[in-house]
Amino acid sequence: MAKIKTSKLSAGQRTVFLCHGTGCVSNEAFAIRKAFEKSIERLQLTDIKVDFTGCHGFCEQGPIVFVQPEGIFYAHVSLDDVEEIVYSHFRDNKPLERLMYKDPSSSEIVPYFKDINFYKKQRHIVLRNCGRINPERIEDYIATDGYQALQKVLFSMTPHQVIDEVKISGLRGRGGAGFPTATKWQFCHDAPSDKKYLICNADEGDPGAFMDRSMMEGDPHSVIEGMAIAAYATGATEGYIYIRAEYPLAVNRTKFAIKEAEERGFLGKNILGSDFSLKIHIKEGAGAFVCGEETALIASIEGRRGMPSSRPPFPTQSGLWGKPTNINNVKTLATVPLIILHGGKSYSQTGTEKNRGTSIFALTGKINCMGLVEVPMGTKLADIIFDIGGGIPNGKKLKAVQTGGPSGGCLPANMINLPVEYEAFANAGSIMGSGGMVVMDEDTCMVDVARFFISFTQSESCGKCVPCRLGTKQMLNILENICQGRGNITDIDLLQNLAQSIKVSSLCGLGQTAPNPVLTTLSYFRDEYEEHINDRRCRAAVCTGLVTYSIIAEKCPGCGLCIRECPVQAVTSSGKKKPVILDQSKCTKCGACFNICRLGAIAVK
Amino acid sequence: MNSAFTREINSILSDFSQERGNLIPILQHVQEKFGYLPEEAIQAIADFLHVSSSTVYSVSTFYTQFKLTPLGEEVVKICRGTACHVRGGPTLQRDIERRLSIKPGETTKDMKYSLETVACVGACALAPVMIVNNRVYGKMTPKKVAELFNGKN
Repeated sequence: MAKIKTSKLSAGQRTVFLCHGTGCVSNEAFAIRKAFEKSIERLQLTDIKVDFTGCHGFCEQGPIVFVQPEGIFYAHVSLDDVEEIVYSHFRDNKPLERLMYKDPSSSEIVPYFKDINFYKKQRHIVLRNCGRINPERIEDYIATDGYQALQKVLFSMTPHQVIDEVKISGLRGRGGAGFPTATKWQFCHDAPSDKKYLICNADEGDPGAFMDRSMMEGDPHSVIEGMAIAAYATGATEGYIYIRAEYPLAVNRTKFAIKEAEERGFLGKNILGSDFSLKIHIKEGAGAFVCGEETALIASIEGRRGMPSSRPPFPTQSGLWGKPTNINNVKTLATVPLIILHGGKSYSQTGTEKNRGTSIFALTGKINCMGLVEVPMGTKLADIIFDIGGGIPNGKKLKAVQTGGPSGGCLPANMINLPVEYEAFANAGSIMGSGGMVVMDEDTCMVDVARFFISFTQSESCGKCVPCRLGTKQMLNILENICQGRGNITDIDLLQNLAQSIKVSSLCGLGQTAPNPVLTTLSYFRDEYEEHINDRRCRAAVCTGLVTYSIIAEKCPGCGLCIRECPVQAVTSSGKKKPVILDQSKCTKCGACFNICRLGAIAVK
Repeated sequence: MNSAFTREINSILSDFSQERGNLIPILQHVQEKFGYLPEEAIQAIADFLHVSSSTVYSVSTFYTQFKLTPLGEEVVKICRGTACHVRGGPTLQRDIERRLSIKPGETTKDMKYSLETVACVGACALAPVMIVNNRVYGKMTPKKVAELFNGKN
């Protein structure tokens, strides 16, 4: 049996880690790392290393700088701050308070990573390496028990035993539908064929979600190891990672990781000296949401239009090039090595009876702490929003939580004690989905949100089946009319009927779930629809056709703040210390003046 | 078709085997090189893969990534993800449409700017987000948009 050479992570050595996830990179994290290297070299602080990690998950605080072993976390670091950190923290040994994380609710400074509420209340199992290791160095992954599970599987387990272990774990597909992973593997394993395929679905098309991106950027090897184990269990010898082209950083890291794994013998022919071989290719998606659907994804890999086909036959019987194909989500695969290494039973200890393990969400929208969140299944939505997410900013009230992207629904504020479970979400009319969780406050118009999602699914509908192609278009027309103040009260029933027909008669998951945002907003926020139709009023002041801004003369001292903020020069001065004038014909209703005014001198109706 | 163009197309095609599954990667490489898919390229790809040019055309019009007309020097993409939508994305889009006097999918007459929308770039924590020539600009406000465009002109 081949032995994997392991090395310890450079524990003990003082290291400045720069977060190199998409969020931080878009804020010059590469340049900041270079600046640290230069500055540290100039001061000849030879015992200090500069390194980088993948996404920390707390993108909003980026660029993030993390100093080990002391565990100090700096947020919003800019190029100009580098010298100050190096002089203060490393030369004078005085960590720099100015750039430490401030808790949004208490405004207290939190120096240590381990004390930050956002992280403290999470449970990182699948995300265990994200933000902690260098994703472009396989040694780092190996040092955290990486590829040990693959070795265990290849030399001491049969494919049956692997499937059984996953069965014991209770793992369900993290792509959204929650199908038991072991059952899917069993189907593919049992399908007779000389050739089988494995596909890792990293086509994270849900708007408002970035879990898979962060995984591929932060810990690509755990996904690759999971793929190798899944391939061994199902009998696949060739694998594909189907990843969005919109994620260039994730694509490059994954390509690099595959190369590294091949060089080390974890991929390719006769892996680790065994009889098992696996070749992994990368396919970049070309921007079609429907390709997240299994059969459409397969069509896309085959070089065709990404249109779904009816099932059965299921991909596990006849998939890519007509061969049995097992398709798993990124997060599902990244969980697999853990299950093998620590046993299915150990994994199943977390979570609830039907929903084992943890779930990963991209928490965004109107929330104080936005980012990637991993919690045990069964955690209440309220705990995610208030304990981890730090609640709603600017003293506003929570209105709704949207889960599952365009296939999901909007759950109202009074349902936030709902546990994170596939069944609980489905019963409420939403779905768990892949992990998008968008928080909405009272400034969000629920009719507009429904219109937004239908406009998304309408433009992403592949056009193959009539209910989805024409039905979503009709729903969009009705919703646009309502949002522009041209709605009719009979529209509500019409929407409901259309939604039901599309749900039952569409060919694939996209169409079958497309009406969910409309149905949930109709059942939980019907009063907002009625208000738009009957009173021609949008209480959140979002639907521009129903909104007018005006100046409250007695409150306006003519300070001119709004004049400078208005992008279209619709606000002008009428003289010193006199109220400003708003030209309605120029106003684009962007709300910039309203947001900047601290005196409440701008009214919105 | 001039010979330099043919050479470039052939050099891209030579990296691939003549399998149908390579159609999308080939289109991606051609677009990467030229910024769009020239008509002549579509014919050349069809010949190479032994499929009809209408097959290549049907695939290239299905995926939003592919463009059949040249883009402007600066490609402005506005993220229309959910997080961006609830944090002012529509205002951002209206502002930029007005500034450039074009709608998504269009290019200014002087070929300086193209405007596109993108489903989600996964930088949701920085919402609302826009991308100019692959550089991500986060937490956009009308003022920041003004600074960005005025700084450029």
